[in-house]
Amino acid sequence: MDAPKTMEFAHIGKSVIIKGELSGSEDLYVEGQVEGKIELHDNSLTIGPNGQVRANVSGKGVIVQGKLEGNINASERAELKKSAIAVGDIVTRRLAIEDGAYFKGKIDVQREIGKPSVSAASAASSGVAAAAGTGTSTSKSSASDGK
Amino acid sequence: MVSVAHSFMKLFRGSSEEATQNPAAAKAVRRPSRRSSGLAELSKLLESSDPLCVLDLGSTSPANIRYFTEHGHKIYSDDLLIASTDPDLLIKDEQGNTVVDSKKFLAENLVFPNSQFDLVLCWNLPDYLDESLVKPVVGRFWSLLKPGGMLLAFFHTREAGPDAPCYRYHIVGTDTLEMQHIEPRRDRKGPAGAAGRFRLQRVFNNRHIENLFRDFSSIKFFLARDNVREVLVVR
Repeated sequence: MDAPKTMEFAHIGKSVIIKGELSGSEDLYVEGQVEGKIELHDNSLTIGPNGQVRANVSGKGVIVQGKLEGNINASERAELKKSAIAVGDIVTRRLAIEDGAYFKGKIDVQREIGKPSVSAASAASSGVAAAAGTGTSTSKSSASDGK
Repeated sequence: MVSVAHSFMKLFRGSSEEATQNPAAAKAVRRPSRRSSGLAELSKLLESSDPLCVLDLGSTSPANIRYFTEHGHKIYSDDLLIASTDPDLLIKDEQGNTVVDSKKFLAENLVFPNSQFDLVLCWNLPDYLDESLVKPVVGRFWSLLKPGGMLLAFFHTREAGPDAPCYRYHIVGTDTLEMQHIEPRRDRKGPAGAAGRFRLQRVFNNRHIENLFRDFSSIKFFLARDNVREVLVVR
């Protein structure tokens, strides 16, 4: 369900439990349990609806559908789906949080270089989108990404 | 190109079409809005170019997160009401009554350095928070706020009645809030209430509120039409 669209991704299944550091150069989809640290640099991490992660995670994009206890550092985009339970701090350029997601922590949306004013460009520069609940908000998210 | 534009516009139309076809969905999405004089009073502060540190104590609100980050502020989100329903917090007092352990609660929640925040949004939290937590939590707010920092809280008046629903407030404009009825969620930390909903614990009158915030330097009241008293206090 909602696995990454690209063919090249690693998958950690429901019954898998990993303790330690994970790093890689392909997208990662987690449905199992991970405790430690996840670093994907230029790739994306998706924590599936059954995934339970207790780790600081970093990557180009981070999507949370399950449980995450730890900080998120997403160089491009972080997304909390409505089923997400996330406890920790988020540092990212663009952020989408669906209605119903549980989040406890700090949010630091970093301004993109070359964009002088955040307030001038609404969601486009700060990148925060109230995704679910209304289609309008969702489309703002898409529009802000220039897709 | 036409099909791309059509798909794009479909995104914008999506919710209204769905709402038209499915009245239940429309009811679920629609949220009443209200004017907030307290928020309007804060708008100058919020629109300043200086980045602020804001603590939002309602359940996670994408609208609020968007509002503050768009203005370049840092936001901390913490659903204190849900946290207060954690069964692990329940203890017996000397008389054998079940009470919430305020020391444990404060050891696990609102753990931030002193004087960190420019603004605390506690919405209607004091009305629904367990009695044993109200004063200690307000004391912690004082510590967390910077000198001159502000706190916005809502209190029901007696006319609201004991069944006044608990709302989550979403900021949708400089003086406008959308209200979303909230209930304890069984799939989240903490139990649902006996009736599966948050209940108004008490009604504060003006004197109670002044006493509650007596350590703060100033307090302003705004009486709204919906039997809610908005209170803006300055540390």
